[in-house]
Amino acid sequence: MNSFSRSQWGAGGLALLIGLFLFVFLIVPVVKVVYVAFQDPNTGALTLINFVDFFNTSLFRESFLNSIYVAGGAVLLASLISIPLAYFTTRFNFGGAVLIQTLGIVPLIMPPFVGAVAMLLLFGENGSVNLLIDEWFGFTIPFMEGLNGVILVEAIHYFPFILINLSAALLNIDSAMEESAQNLGASGTRLFRRIVFPLAMPGYVAGASLVFLKVFDDLGTPLLLNINNMLAPQAYLRISSIGISDPMGYVISVILVVFSLFSLWVSFLALKNKDYATVQKGGGGLMKRDLRPWEKIGCYAVIILILLMVLSPHIGLALLSFGTVWSYSVLPDAYTFVHYGNVFRTATQYISNTLLYAGLAALIDVVLGTAIAYIVWRTGLIGRKWLDYIAMGAVAVPGVVLGIGYLRTFVEFNVPIIDKPLSSWWVIIVIALVIRRLPYALRACMAGLQQVSIMLEEAAENLGATKTRTVRRIVVPLMSGGIMAGFIISFATASVELSATIMLVSAESDAPLAYGIYEFMQSAAGRGPGAALGIVAVLIVGIATYISHRVIKRREKELAPGVAVAAQGV
Amino acid sequence: MKITKRIFVQLTAGAVLAVGAVMAPIQAVAAEKLVIVTSYPPDTTVTVGKAFTKATGIKVEMLKKKTTAGIKYLQATAANNTSDMFWASAPDAFEVLKGDGLLQKYTVKVKGIPEKVGAFPINDPEGYYKGFAASGYGIMWNTRYLKAKKLPVPNSWADLEKPIYYGHVGMSAPSRSGTTHLTVETLLQGEGWEKGWARWKDIAGNFKTVTARSFGVPDGVNSGQFGVGVVIDFFGLSSKASGFPVDFLYPKMTTLVPANIAIVKNAPNPGLAGQFIEFLLSPEGQEVLLDPKIRRLPVNPATYAKAPKGFPNPFKDKSIGSAVKFDLQLSKSRYNIINSLFDVMITYRLDDLRAATKAIQTAEAKSKGNAGAMKLIKQARALVSKVPITAAKASEKDFNNIFKKKRKKATTKVSGRQAEFEQAWDTEIKANYAKAKQLAEKAASM
Repeated sequence: MNSFSRSQWGAGGLALLIGLFLFVFLIVPVVKVVYVAFQDPNTGALTLINFVDFFNTSLFRESFLNSIYVAGGAVLLASLISIPLAYFTTRFNFGGAVLIQTLGIVPLIMPPFVGAVAMLLLFGENGSVNLLIDEWFGFTIPFMEGLNGVILVEAIHYFPFILINLSAALLNIDSAMEESAQNLGASGTRLFRRIVFPLAMPGYVAGASLVFLKVFDDLGTPLLLNINNMLAPQAYLRISSIGISDPMGYVISVILVVFSLFSLWVSFLALKNKDYATVQKGGGGLMKRDLRPWEKIGCYAVIILILLMVLSPHIGLALLSFGTVWSYSVLPDAYTFVHYGNVFRTATQYISNTLLYAGLAALIDVVLGTAIAYIVWRTGLIGRKWLDYIAMGAVAVPGVVLGIGYLRTFVEFNVPIIDKPLSSWWVIIVIALVIRRLPYALRACMAGLQQVSIMLEEAAENLGATKTRTVRRIVVPLMSGGIMAGFIISFATASVELSATIMLVSAESDAPLAYGIYEFMQSAAGRGPGAALGIVAVLIVGIATYISHRVIKRREKELAPGVAVAAQGV
Repeated sequence: MKITKRIFVQLTAGAVLAVGAVMAPIQAVAAEKLVIVTSYPPDTTVTVGKAFTKATGIKVEMLKKKTTAGIKYLQATAANNTSDMFWASAPDAFEVLKGDGLLQKYTVKVKGIPEKVGAFPINDPEGYYKGFAASGYGIMWNTRYLKAKKLPVPNSWADLEKPIYYGHVGMSAPSRSGTTHLTVETLLQGEGWEKGWARWKDIAGNFKTVTARSFGVPDGVNSGQFGVGVVIDFFGLSSKASGFPVDFLYPKMTTLVPANIAIVKNAPNPGLAGQFIEFLLSPEGQEVLLDPKIRRLPVNPATYAKAPKGFPNPFKDKSIGSAVKFDLQLSKSRYNIINSLFDVMITYRLDDLRAATKAIQTAEAKSKGNAGAMKLIKQARALVSKVPITAAKASEKDFNNIFKKKRKKATTKVSGRQAEFEQAWDTEIKANYAKAKQLAEKAASM
């Protein structure tokens, strides 16, 4: 009993520390900005009148519905892309399963605005595909027009959230469940529908809710496609125009936060009262079986088609990076290496900065994520759910708002030793990334922990292990699939983050990659080098992700050979 | 700093789990370095920065921010300022900073810079910011696009209203880009309030898109997303110089405005900042502006002797930028109202406006000579071009205060809220466009 209460104390202290961190770096800055939404623009007094204005304005109501439509559509399309990929690769013995799982993550390793540039060149009204269709058949297809264009780009960019979480969940399913179902006569789609998919539900919901929230808040893509009638662009346009300080931008930010929290709550409800944990672990997840030749061909066809689609931004970007001039034509006029030379001469520090920032941020994120997940699911601390809610709330805070909040909050706080304001020290960029990416890591860790049965921990404790030892030797290894997924998502997306960092970069020597690409892309002559830098980014972040994946996997093998299987393919 | 960073990189890349490594010592480095906050792309900043470092030996650090973000950044960091200079195009951005007391006066030593370019004074009369180059708005087009779609080359604003350009034109919004604001204002001043807005809406009816970034326009024309764009000259000229199949011209009614540079108040290195201004205005610095990747109009008339053939010279060719006598005070008096009106009437109601325009254009093509139909079309046009407020109201001080960021004094009188007005305008505009579309459709069926 003594050790139990001591561990509660430890967890309590940890929770307090995390709470403090979130308070200082999330709540305070956001409140500083959001406060404006509750101020009467004329008198400065506190009021709700701005919210009344919001709901009275038809433009905002329209934007609200558009945002929901786009977010919902993107979840649907992203599910259509990721479910087959996740299912085929975790269930069948495939030569290229690891390759597919890796390539499937690649779309995240590109700032969405870069992806949109490349996709416009390929699928725009006068992009390669439409020019060809027009030449052959005399019509064009509006892939990229209006809200549906946003859905296409967003789904292609964010589907890995579902893919990664769903794969992790599928791999964690105990094959005994499946065997029992088969013994009872279920097979084929029924087996998938009634057994496999429901058991993988926490992973799917975690991924889908992230996609929904991200798309709901995403700014870059609608802006690049020049769609203004959505909430996030409305907020951004109103916050960032010169001179105008219409509080509506801030009101919209509040509404984004509130609505996102609401949909998170709905996803919590959906999973409540259900036990997804499987007792046995290390059985290797779903049974893998070999495919018959014609099945193999079918699976490969589907997968190649999907991969072609999701990798199209990269294909477009690669063409752009090697092309000389690409204008109103199917392919660039000629090819050259000049852009790469340019990038390697001038832009290497963007790359090292990015590896540093994103690596640190992702590391801190999984540590925080694991701690919070454990506190929420395994302790009885009062208010523990709030840690989760607050950390998840970060997903709903537009990057610009966080950036402005940091500038306002930390400009007067001088860091000792280096004697600079915290807001212009590079560490602030890392902190911003930690906060921005914490929800991803947290969701993944949560899903990982939810699948670990508490009975295993109880067993360990009955055998005399202390709480700390149980966490270290049982919980963390068993949820390593989720932690890994969390690390990879956080790392990959942090390395292409732009919206908050663009506000916080105070010296070019501190600038990360996405900032460099953005800078290049703002001039006619910079499009090629910008694209080249983008490709270099994709390669480097991809390789770094792969290496960290290997490192962790090897470590696991030394620890417990059986567990390694669980992390496979994540 | 550098070394520490490399250690970090190796540690994070190699063993991402090594948390302890974060404790590496941090060294403070305080080198003499000029920090410039700028909205310009690296093509400009790197080229100019290199030339400056070569000439003076002073290191420069360019901090790229969008103009609006740059202003926010300087405002937010004013209490503990680390930037030396602000370097951007739109004079209004400098006015905002000047108004907030964030700039510092400087007297230029270089000789040979005239008072005015076109009809616009080159330097801030109060001495806070200096013009270093001139730029004007014009029309840019993609030659392949025009050829493929069989469109003629436009050469005036009025050309862009023609039905043939329906869905082919792109532009940014004045609230997004300071220079776009100037173009909108120039046309309003040149044609008058009512006529000017009517012209903008007729052009906007042909829009393919309103881009959220000013660079979105040349980007769209360069890649062929749309054929014709309303852009600032150097976007057009530098795109052409970069090899894109595009061209650019100044329509008659345009304004040349100076692009500016200023020293930030409490700059860490005001001396170096002064040297930068002197360099930029020296014959050497002015010549850098002619670089194919930059292509801005120098403010020193002598520099044009070295310009490539066909390069526009506003000091010789008086037709550029002198048709409108730009009234800076008038512009200032209604700055935010213009932004808001443009967004409410055009940016956010583009689909409605385009639908009305299409209906009117179809009806016009169909019912030539049909007096009754023409009358309906005229009514429809009048509805489209209606502006919710008069020119006098737009410049009214009290009314403008509603749209202002900061009330200067607590006593400034403000009644009503921006959102309230915009909502009322939006309702009116939407109804007008719908009614206009209906009338035009009726005319077409006559």
